[in-house]
Amino acid sequence: MLSKIVRTISNQLILFILVFGLYIIMHGHVTPGGGFQGGAVIASGVVMLIVAFGSSEIKKSLRESHLSVVESSGALIFIGMAFAGMGTIFFYNFLVGTPVFGGIPPTGPNPGHVWTGGVIPLMNFGVGLKVIAGLSAVVLAMALFSSGEEMEE
Amino acid sequence: MRQVVAWFVLITLVAFLVTGALLMHPFGYPPADMDDYMIANSQAETANNNVVAAVLFDYRGLDTLGEATVLFTAVTGVMLLFRALKKREKKT
Amino acid sequence: MMQYIPYNIPFIAVALLVGVALFIIIFKRNLIKIVMGIAILEAGVNLFLVTLGYRAGGVAPIYTVTPEGTMVLPVPQALTLTSIVIGVSVIALMLTMVMYVYRHMGDIDAKKSRLLRG
Repeated sequence: MLSKIVRTISNQLILFILVFGLYIIMHGHVTPGGGFQGGAVIASGVVMLIVAFGSSEIKKSLRESHLSVVESSGALIFIGMAFAGMGTIFFYNFLVGTPVFGGIPPTGPNPGHVWTGGVIPLMNFGVGLKVIAGLSAVVLAMALFSSGEEMEE
Repeated sequence: MRQVVAWFVLITLVAFLVTGALLMHPFGYPPADMDDYMIANSQAETANNNVVAAVLFDYRGLDTLGEATVLFTAVTGVMLLFRALKKREKKT
Repeated sequence: MMQYIPYNIPFIAVALLVGVALFIIIFKRNLIKIVMGIAILEAGVNLFLVTLGYRAGGVAPIYTVTPEGTMVLPVPQALTLTSIVIGVSVIALMLTMVMYVYRHMGDIDAKKSRLLRG
């Protein structure tokens, strides 16, 4: 556990890192970014919390069963979106043209529209959840092991 | 003796790689037929402004499925190894 | 072939990076240094994939507020994203096994790790 200044500053910074990472995930179909990049940003914020507070404090909040549920639900969202277009073919983009996420942007350079993209923003969300839970679980397990703690339940 | 064989293998491999780098196509002019089709028709077919995301999730979605599987397998393997090590240390 | 040397400098840089990584993997005995050599090899391969699809005077292949110019090829960039994630997974598994060997033997040396039996 580091000194009081470091703990206070990291308490304030984690909110901005979370909002920035979620912005990169949700606008993956307009600007550069997407599921993998935003998930890595949020996982690095969690690693900052582990370094500032010590792994035994973080173990009380991030239990292993919760992380496992989040990762599995992310994978199920990704596969479910792939199977839902099974009427034509396996990965068919069935939301183009419908008013939920499918508006067709005008050709050529344009200021971006958010309600475009078909089935791609939902897939971005699923992959982002999976990467966040996976990388946080790996770093938490290594930090707990190397400081000689109890086995995490 | 083993040092001599190791140096010989290393120099042969690096010579092959540098020869291959000199024989490639000139740097700024790649041959591109499939990518021209994707740049021209990506906004009409996938309704997406980002061509790289359309390629990752729509035109080549099976590669992303394989990569998600590799990430899941690696995380499962790491958690399995740490659990087995803790159990052996507690028993002895 | 000789007139391509001033222009093919990125490909020669990739060949030298892979050569440095192979030197580390063959000649060093510390296990952590071997893992670092594998990481440099992955970085060299990713650089090769990105410089394979560059067009002279190109811009990013995104249609939101683009500047003037032709677009670079989008397919090698998608393949590089996949390759980076797979590299991270492989390095995580390798570091876990290095921790295993350290707890068992008390010393990380690639020549002594051959005596692991049972």
